[in-house]
Amino acid sequence: MVNIYVPKPDNETVLYVKDLRTWFPIRRSFIDVIKRKPPLYVHAVDGVSFDIKEGETFGLAGESGCGKTTTGKTILRLVDPVGGVIAYRPRERLLKEWEEMGYHPKFVDEYKSIDVSKIPDKYLKPLRKEMQMIFQDPYGSLNPRFTIYKILEEPLIIHKIGETKEERYELIARVLEQVKLTPPEEFLNRYPHMLSGGQRQRVGIARALLLQPRFIVADEPTSMLDVSIRAEILELMMELKERYKLTYVFITHDLALARYICDRIAIMYLGRIVEMGNTRRVLENPLHPYTKALISAIPEPDPRYRKILRELPIKGEVPSPINIPPGCRFRPRCVTYDKTTEIQNYCETEEPPLIEVEKDHYVSCWLYGTPEEVKDLIKK
Amino acid sequence: MAETLLEVKNLKTYFYTTKGVVKAVDGVSFKLNKGEVLGIAGESGCGKSTTAYSLIRLVPPPGKIVDGQLIFEGRDILKLSEEDFRKQIRWKKISMVFQGAMNALNPVYTIGDQIAEVLMLHKHMSKEEAMKEVYKLLEMVGIDPKRAKSYPHELSGGMKQRVVIAMALALRPPLVIADEPTTALDVVVQAQIMNLLKKLQREHQMSIILITHDLSLIAEMAEKVAIMYAGKIVEYGTAEQIFLNPQHPYTRGLLASIPRLTGDIHKLEFIPGVPPDLSNPPPGCRFAPRCKFKFEPCDKEEPPVMEIEPGHYVSCWLHAKK
Repeated sequence: MVNIYVPKPDNETVLYVKDLRTWFPIRRSFIDVIKRKPPLYVHAVDGVSFDIKEGETFGLAGESGCGKTTTGKTILRLVDPVGGVIAYRPRERLLKEWEEMGYHPKFVDEYKSIDVSKIPDKYLKPLRKEMQMIFQDPYGSLNPRFTIYKILEEPLIIHKIGETKEERYELIARVLEQVKLTPPEEFLNRYPHMLSGGQRQRVGIARALLLQPRFIVADEPTSMLDVSIRAEILELMMELKERYKLTYVFITHDLALARYICDRIAIMYLGRIVEMGNTRRVLENPLHPYTKALISAIPEPDPRYRKILRELPIKGEVPSPINIPPGCRFRPRCVTYDKTTEIQNYCETEEPPLIEVEKDHYVSCWLYGTPEEVKDLIKK
Repeated sequence: MAETLLEVKNLKTYFYTTKGVVKAVDGVSFKLNKGEVLGIAGESGCGKSTTAYSLIRLVPPPGKIVDGQLIFEGRDILKLSEEDFRKQIRWKKISMVFQGAMNALNPVYTIGDQIAEVLMLHKHMSKEEAMKEVYKLLEMVGIDPKRAKSYPHELSGGMKQRVVIAMALALRPPLVIADEPTTALDVVVQAQIMNLLKKLQREHQMSIILITHDLSLIAEMAEKVAIMYAGKIVEYGTAEQIFLNPQHPYTRGLLASIPRLTGDIHKLEFIPGVPPDLSNPPPGCRFAPRCKFKFEPCDKEEPPVMEIEPGHYVSCWLHAKK
């Protein structure tokens, strides 16, 4: 009996995403419009489903262009999806605030989740207090003309937290202490360029924490930092997670790093999840041909590797996300496909769903179930 | 006994900025044998790229090589005039694979023309001869020779990097410096490029100086490893010595901060603090302010370079004789 993945919320689920699609239209020339050429899209996120439990660190991993960042941004509605459900279970505080604004969101399940993709723009602001983002580039994500104080005061003013200047100062000083930029007075009047990369990323984290969110999307928060200080930032993030019961979506291209901090992980390729499950299970026993190839390519600090050439079970290059290959989108690069004649037929015609291969380990590959087996399941 | 190809003695490259003299490379010495791969590792701002640029005398202003010797094939190439250096050494003898291949190529020339230019200028080949050689070079780096007519924007990042490698190898130099040859590339492409470099290095018996912040990449290729910190080499040895028996606290800290794909998950370590300002380096050992083993002599006097086992050098007071 084959099982396929469908997000099933329970009372621990904070967020789940079902068949999420985010496409970016490509600008057409005037001539193309006149000739009525159909509009083209970049299929950045193209049918992604997963669920995240409270207090979990969920990893989204993959190469550049696989849609991991777009997925993160879509969850926060920094980008609008074209389809799918983003179900988030808000805290009472947020529901109350919406009520005061005169907005009564529809619940999409019995756990009082709301569909983030359906919230009208004007009611998004209170949601920001629940869901925040830590950006990748600590050099580009802080306004160079603002002092640290001003950078951190801005969200407080926007969200009308802290009535007086003194109150806001108090909040800012406290958050700086939380991210260990101490003593706070020493940092408040500095400009971003006067801080090191690690310190800047701490300001980025402080800014995300300031509104007391419970859900944070961290987009490669350490990839721009030197190796020797990465662990320091990660440790801080994990500490804050414990203390404030945060839930993280951790976007990364570094699978080795993901192994240390993510509870569960989803490996993405060309806008879809190809493998998902418990991080150690996925990374120590990868089942999808793409995950296998990715893992075989990761260098390790072991001088034995110098004597061998790495075997990379993958061919070609990532195709354009505008014209996604039919069937399994990894097929053109799949070495297993070439070798496994009996399933080629499926690979060419049908997109594989996430098939449960072992407990909490899903793989989107026809090696692990035939279309006949899963078809009835999809219909259900 | 292996033949020495390059010996760097006490190299100093300073940047004369308006805010003072930044001692980016401050007394770097190492030896490189023929056919050997040396990895230079260190974090941003440690002077590894400046060392690389010093070797082909392309330090961008306001930087200047102020002292030292670069003995290449028996003569000091720092003493050559700029004209002679350009004609005799740069690219013919020492070439470079630049960081960020994306920007190293000229967007308005086809890649074939760009590689051919090297051959026409240095070897005085005709365009036809040069193009024949270009096809061979492209094939060597795994690109379909038909792509010679492509412009850089038509190629993927990995292919551009291959073109840059082909360009560096065009004159078959005995020494190639690869400065972060795979940054900004995805892991799969990175592994392909590393495989290519390894293969070419073996086939052509080249020496390579591989410069990167990623110790894992160094382990993929280098026989000798130099760890740089704040403008100095703090530890130098064979790959086995550095990776299996690291002695300098900085090297140890770096290795312990790398997440691994296999084995037990222990806590990742970090090195507190930030590297020093190189226009005003701390007295004594430059790593002392961040070092957890710091003791009495560390912030007073610079530690000497000690050979603690054959070929394994460490600059740390923990290993110096009292």
